[in-house]
Amino acid sequence: MIVIACTFTLTAIGIAILLNLYRLLTGPDVPDRVLALDTMVINAIGLIVLAGILFGTTLYFEAALLFAMVGFLTTVAFCKYLLRGNVIE
Amino acid sequence: MSATEFLTDLIVAAFIVTGGFFLFVGSFGLAKLPDTFRRLHGPTKATTLGIGSLLIASMLYFMFERGSVSIHELLITLFLFLTAPISANMIAKARILRDRATRRELPPTGRPRGWATLDSAD
Repeated sequence: MIVIACTFTLTAIGIAILLNLYRLLTGPDVPDRVLALDTMVINAIGLIVLAGILFGTTLYFEAALLFAMVGFLTTVAFCKYLLRGNVIE
Repeated sequence: MSATEFLTDLIVAAFIVTGGFFLFVGSFGLAKLPDTFRRLHGPTKATTLGIGSLLIASMLYFMFERGSVSIHELLITLFLFLTAPISANMIAKARILRDRATRRELPPTGRPRGWATLDSAD
């Protein structure tokens, strides 16, 4: 049952990443693209957690934590750059 | 398969399916909604709920099936729940600053200082 649920969720997240890619390519303005990248990172964290459940290993959680931190930092740095024209003043 | 194993499997599978559903709904909202401020709702609310549900499923799975309690999931959940509103606020501020039409539609703040994005306090 867990394998069936994981297959369903892997499909859902795959379609979700494709939708994010659509928004990333056609987003009318830069904040839309930043938002699409942020959502894509969150979907990738979901994929990593699902792989951890499927393969039965806790090894992947460090990768998920690193992904969360790097995704947040890139989003904030990009928005800071849009707001001030500079990342570190 | 005993009844207890079936029940834990059912609970974990339900959390996994809920997480996948909400992740999909958040990304669908991001692709479908008409402007940036409405698009912000999908990723920042639905997707956070979806990833929280997936992490709860993972925590329950490793607790019941493997007998090992791991707090990594709690760390990731806490981090994501703390950072999602901050990134949403930053993206909204960047959008206000970049779009002149949005800037004209902003209501007055009712205080001596204007909107924080436009009249910075330095």
